Formats: sequence, structure tokens, C-alpha cells
Amino acid sequence: MQASGDSYVKKKYAPILPGSMDWPVVQLSKNRKQFIESVIHESVSVITALHAENGSLKEEIEQTRFKEMLRVKQNPWNVDPDDDPAFWSGIKARLLKISVGNNEKKHEDEIKNILHEIVSRYAHEIQGNFKRSRYKLARTLVKFGFKRLLNASKVKGWRSVWSRRVTLQDKIQITGEVEQLRNLAKKGTVIMVPTHFSNLDSILIGWVIHILGLPPFIYGAGLNLFNIGILAYFMNSLGAYKVDRRKKNQIYRETLKTYSKLATVKGCHGLFFPGGTRSRSGKIESKLKLGLLGSAMEAQRHSLQHNSDEENHKVFVVPVVINYHFVVEAPGLINDYLQSKGQERYYVENDSFTNSYKILIFLFKFITKGSDISVSIGRGLDLLGNYVDEAGNSIDKKGRRINIRDYFISNGEITEDLQREKEYTRRLGEVIVKEFRRNNRVFSSHLVAFTAFNILKKRHSHLDLYDLLRIPKEESIISYEEFRKSFELALQQIHLLNQEQKVTIAPHLRDTPDKIIDHGLYNVGMYHSKRPLVKNKEGNLITHDLNTLFYYHNRLCGYGLENIV
Amino acid sequence: MDSKISSEKPVGVIGAGSFGTAIANILAEKSKVLLYARNEAVVNRIKNEGISSGQKLHKNISGTNELQEIATKCDILFPIVPSSAFRSLIKDLSAYLHPYHLLIHGTKGMDVSTPAEMDNVTKLNRDQVKTMSEIIQDESVVVRVGCLAGPNLARELADLQPAATVVASHFDEVIEAGIRLLRNDRFQVYGSKDLIGVELCGVLKNIIAIASGALSGLGYGENARALLISRGMVEMIYLGRALGGNTEAFIGLAGVGDLVATCSSTLSRNFSVGYRLAQGEKLPQIVESMEETAEGINTIKIAKKLANFYKVRTPILDMLHKVLFEALTVEEALQYLMKYPFNVDIDFL
Repeated sequence: MQASGDSYVKKKYAPILPGSMDWPVVQLSKNRKQFIESVIHESVSVITALHAENGSLKEEIEQTRFKEMLRVKQNPWNVDPDDDPAFWSGIKARLLKISVGNNEKKHEDEIKNILHEIVSRYAHEIQGNFKRSRYKLARTLVKFGFKRLLNASKVKGWRSVWSRRVTLQDKIQITGEVEQLRNLAKKGTVIMVPTHFSNLDSILIGWVIHILGLPPFIYGAGLNLFNIGILAYFMNSLGAYKVDRRKKNQIYRETLKTYSKLATVKGCHGLFFPGGTRSRSGKIESKLKLGLLGSAMEAQRHSLQHNSDEENHKVFVVPVVINYHFVVEAPGLINDYLQSKGQERYYVENDSFTNSYKILIFLFKFITKGSDISVSIGRGLDLLGNYVDEAGNSIDKKGRRINIRDYFISNGEITEDLQREKEYTRRLGEVIVKEFRRNNRVFSSHLVAFTAFNILKKRHSHLDLYDLLRIPKEESIISYEEFRKSFELALQQIHLLNQEQKVTIAPHLRDTPDKIIDHGLYNVGMYHSKRPLVKNKEGNLITHDLNTLFYYHNRLCGYGLENIV
Repeated sequence: MDSKISSEKPVGVIGAGSFGTAIANILAEKSKVLLYARNEAVVNRIKNEGISSGQKLHKNISGTNELQEIATKCDILFPIVPSSAFRSLIKDLSAYLHPYHLLIHGTKGMDVSTPAEMDNVTKLNRDQVKTMSEIIQDESVVVRVGCLAGPNLARELADLQPAATVVASHFDEVIEAGIRLLRNDRFQVYGSKDLIGVELCGVLKNIIAIASGALSGLGYGENARALLISRGMVEMIYLGRALGGNTEAFIGLAGVGDLVATCSSTLSRNFSVGYRLAQGEKLPQIVESMEETAEGINTIKIAKKLANFYKVRTPILDMLHKVLFEALTVEEALQYLMKYPFNVDIDFL
């Protein structure tokens, strides 16, 4: 049951649903008009209800209008529709008219109309653009591209691009509860929640989903990614809907949540990154954004309310941990982190994935030079954070079956209690964070970075983080002997944690310490222009970039290793 | 407030000690109540004579000896048993519990997951020590849990004197159920979201209650007690925050309210432990002769180890620990405390 086995999954899986016409996501896109209408309808009634008591709906719209006009002016993106300014000016004018006249009934209707228009605009923007034919093409492209490029890495040179010696699965290792995931996807609706470190994650997960024979998952991808042609193409094709993080107003948020909730109710498997954005620090997410988990919770209750058989209407949460030796955006991410630590300030997306060309270059480098990636599929959970068995039954700590309907019952019947569901969602978030830690897979590169940074931290214990990151190069030299001693201690502890099933390890960590160190040094942040950790001529360790060393070190924070090294 | 009996399922009370019985009587004013006692003789007295723990029982209360029966008939349960028996009770009960159950406990103690080894360690961290609500979630599938805490001396409740309590839970639903079931013309119910904080109030005040008894045992008056209560509360807050509670809970009804009541009442078990210590009796004798558990004794043991781990400054607790387990006399402890260099009165608000 545990994801601690070393062996990698490497086989071809048959699709769990034979014909693609049966995919819920295809059904959804076939009936997209109808679906979007139901999203609009429900969102409008939810938002109206939220403001029914104090009559603040007009105020809310006014505020939204103001924020949106500000956004249009200050932070426009390529993907924004051209009529954005015109639309919001139109809303403004109509709102003004309402305040001067005095026919109340008419005004209420007009406010409702305006709300309906805004929600409808948002819903259409959010809606994904899934097309079966394009999905197949994109999938083939990804597969073909990755595979060809991979081969180039083994037999150096462009010509080898066409040989067939290495498969993608040699490079991207899928481990963990794969069979269970396939079962659960047949039984109910799966919500996959991966850790988020790189923009590559979405494409990677899309590929994993396909390899495992699962129908496409829909997911909310940051609208900023649609700015970039090549990513937009893949995203649209793989079933993405759009999430615009600039729109921080209630109307937008409710529409988004309703969209996700109704898709879940319809049985579409979903995927979202609960960390919200990529981890800036390189640490595994410990605080999650609960909004979309909350809509999954509502979807689960909704399904139970309207269906008596729990078995076929269950929502499952599957945590997934992605591990890299190398995160292309690391220098930028850690900079963001260091700059904004301690303050919730607005920041402008600024990363290395700015255009299609750069991405292609990266993919090429990444694949030709051979940096391993692992994708660990965690054990399935129900929405209350209980483990589920192979058949999807919820199981308590003592191995007894739980009927999840009971969680939503009050006085003998299912009730809608949003505060209760909010609390359940908070608890679920805590369980997911624990599962992330447990399913995290330690790579040699993480461990060398962790050890080296900790030695420096101890050596300069009087310095705070920011001063430590500024120490001169000559003070950051670590003798190999010293390093090896600490590394061995850390390695022992990792093996211990692994036995206790508190973390998983990559197979290469079973090698001898010297070999693991070499492997780690070769791989850690391997394509950064300034390497985080290398051996100098004397065989001692030096760093060219303490910030990224700190970044890769952070991956192993929270396991109590600090006291060992 | 209407006093008619609703046709809903009965409410369950588990544990027929003095506080459990008093709560059962309050609940019985509005609902049918099923009162569980482990001891068959006690159940027979409930059934035949209508008496439990020396209190006359309301006619709406019936007794049972079966955990399965109480869990099956009731959706809402109030477990009120000594903390030392709490985990095993929930373990036994858990086979019959479902996620639709609501549990509101009234037990004021802490649980150590490895009690056998407890005497050999000097430090305990928060993961090793559980509150009662955490035990419920550890051992059963119930998540909708809450607790009762406040100045609720069982004797006074039984005499129908006016009083109030706090129901704490993360769930509005649980707080509302507590208010609906318990509230009456002489019993006021407040709600709180700080479950851990309110639980810790009930737990930690027992430490100070023992000290208060000791002051009385030495023959001192109200100045000394007021000093103890206010400094004791500061210690509770330091420790409580280190263990995951918020300051607010401690300055509310369950915190300072309960502290004042427990420290002023000679009725309290913990108070009498301190009183008798000051009179020169030894701890084993005192424990031997008591009918019900004085939670404060075990709490001092655990709290001291927690304070060691989290490096919390707790002079009163330290001295009590020495008196109880290291043969310091009450007079010596008091002398030490009066020389202790406190400078700042309040530094946590």
C-alpha cells in the first residue's frame, strides 16, 4: 500500500475507458453551451444570495468594475480580449444611470442583468477549449518530441534524434499507487493535487495522465501561461481552463469555483496545484489554497444529496509529488522568495518561461542532458482525508469502512452547512500537506545541497539568512572530508525516515556515499549558468550561487535533518 | 425558552460522576437523556432509585450499561469521564461511532501517549500529549467534536444555582447544538472557536487550584489568593500559548472565570489536595482517600515536562511539582515564590 518501493513503474497501460467519446471531458465539451449556462446560472444565484441580506450587490459590482478597470490600465496581457476597456466602461455608465433614477424594481433588474453579464463574460473566459482531435495531436507531439530528444542524449548528436533506444519512461519515473489511481478513476471522480515547482509541471502531469491510460483531466492553468503561444496550444488541448490570478474579486472567484464544482459533479477528473503558484522557496508546500478543494467538497456533498448510491458518486483526492534535480526557474523563484519573504506584496510574474523559443531551448537542454524526474502518485484519499482502499472505500485508522455520507448528515439527513465544509476542507488541506511530505522522493542532488548549506549555516551561525547568502566565496569552501562525514549522517537519517515511511527515496540513494555524492554534484541544478555546488581542483566543495544552493536545500526542510547534519 | 421535550433522539451522557450527573440533569430539562455508567451497581441505582453521584435524577434520564446502546440511540454524546479512562473509553466506543456523531466532552485533563515511559523523561512535546478532543479524533471517526468548560462546580449546578459554561468547537454546528441542548433560565452558554485553548483552560486551572488550596491550608487569606490567581493566570497563558491555545480563551469564562471559581471553592477536589498537603498530609494518603480523581495531580506532572520542552517560565508550576513529587514543603515553596524576581506584570496583551 505504501509508496516506498523503489521500483519505477514502466509499462504501457491500456486506457481505462475504451472510447474517447465516453470521456466526461468530451461530454462536457460537446455540451459546452448547456454546461456554461448552468455555471452562469448557479454562480449568479450564489453571488446574489451572498449579498441578499445587506443589499450590497451593487457595491460589489461597483468594486469589481473599479478593480477591473485598474487592471486593464496597469497590468494588461496579450491574452486579454480587446473589448475589455469598452466592456467595463459600459458597465460603469450603466451603474451611474442606476444611481440617478428612482425606479427601484427596474434598478434591481438592471443590477441583476449587469451581474449576469459579468458572470457570463468570466465563465466564457474560464471555459476550456477542449477538442478531442487537438488533444490527440498534442499528445502525439509531446510524446514524439520528448522521445526523439531523449534519444539524442544517449548517443550524442542530432542524428540520434531518430533512434529508438531510450523511452520517455526511462527519464520520467512514475512511482507509487498507479493501479489504485486507475481504479479510482473508473469508480468516481479523481482530483489530482500535485506539488508545484516548475511551469513544466502541467505538461508533465498531462503526459503522465496519458501514459497511465487515464482520460484527460481538466485543470485550471494560470492565464499568464496562455500568453505564450506554445504553452497555450498544449494547455487548450490538454483540457485546461483558465484562471486569472489578477482578478481578485468575489464575482470572479465564485464563478471559478462554480465552474470547477459543476465539472466535478459531472464526473470530470480534475487537476489543480493546491500550492496556488510554484513554490518560491523550493520547500514543499505547507500552506495550501483551499478554494478549489472547497468546491470539490461542495461537489461531493451535492452528489450525495442527489444520489443514494455513494459508491458511484465519490470524489477522490490523489496527492502527487514531482521531484526534479533541476528546476529551470530556480534562480528567479528564490529571488522572489528572498525579496518578498515576510510580506504579502503584489508581484509581477517574471520568470524564465517568457516565450516559446526559450521553452524549446530549455526542453532541448533538459532532455538531451538527461536530468531525471520522478512523479510519485500518492495513496488516494476521500474528501475527509481518510485513505481509500483499491475499491474506493473509505477506511479509518483501524481498517474499518466509513460511509462518507455520514459526515454531511445532521439529524439524520444531509444538510448544506458551509461552515462545516470549510472546516472539513481545512482538515483535508492538512492531510494533503502530510502526504506531500511522505511521498516526497529524496534525490542525491537534494541531499548534497541540503548537507552543504547546513554546514555553511552552522559554520556561520551568528549570521542571519540574508547575511549568510552574502558571505564571500572563499568562506564557503567545504573540505570533502567534512562534507562526507555530514553527508553520511544525513543519508543514514533519510534511510531511517524511509523505513518509517515518512519519506521515499530514489533507487540511486542505495549506492555508496561517495557515488551518491558524485551523482548529486553532477545533477544538482545542472544547467544553471552558476552551479550551486561543484568540486574544485583540490576536490573540495565550492558554490557559485548560494541562493540556488539554498533553494535546492529547502526541499528537505521539515524532516528534522537540521539537527543531524 | 421552551421547555418541551423534543421528539428527537435522546442525548447521551457517558460517565455518571458528579459533573456528568449534573450535566445530565441540565440536559434532561429539554431532552430525553441516556446516562451511561461503567459500573453495573451505579446503573442499577440510576434505574431503580433515580440517584447518581448523590444527585436526584430528572425523570427524563434513563440509565444504561451498554456503550453500543448509547451510541446507537444517540447522535449527540457528552463523554465526561476521568482523563485516565478517556482514551480506553473512546477506543471501546469507537466501534459504534460514525461520522454523524457529535461529541462534546467535559473532561479536564491531558493524555500522554506513552504513560509507561512518562516517569523516565523530563521533557514532553506537544505531539506526545493529547487533549481529549484530540483523543476522540485519534481513536474514532468522529470529527465534529467540542468541549465544555467554565466555572461549573457540580455541587452548585446540582443545587440549581445560576451558572454559565463555554462550548468550544471548530464547528458552528457543534456550538449551536451545545447551546440548544444546555441553555436554560439559570444556565447560560457561550460559544468559542478556540477548542484547544478552551480545553487547556480547563486543564491548566487545576494546577493553580491545588496551589490555592495550599494557601488556605496554611491559613492565608484573600490577598495571597488574589496574587496567586493573577500570577497563575499568566503562567496558564504562557503555557497555553506554547501548546496551541490563544490568549483570548484564557481571559474568558472558561479561563479566568473557571480559575476564580475553582480557586475559591473548598468544594473542588484539586483545592482539597492542596489544602491537605499544607496541613502536612502526604500525597499518596490523600489520593488514596479521595472518591473521584483530582486531575490536577497528573496535570502538574505532564505540564512540568511540557514547560521544560518549550522553555516556558512557570515558577508556580515548578514549585508545586517539587511539593508533590520532590518532598519540598508548602512553606518552602511559598518562600521561594515570594522571592522570585517578577518584574513585569502583564506582557502578553
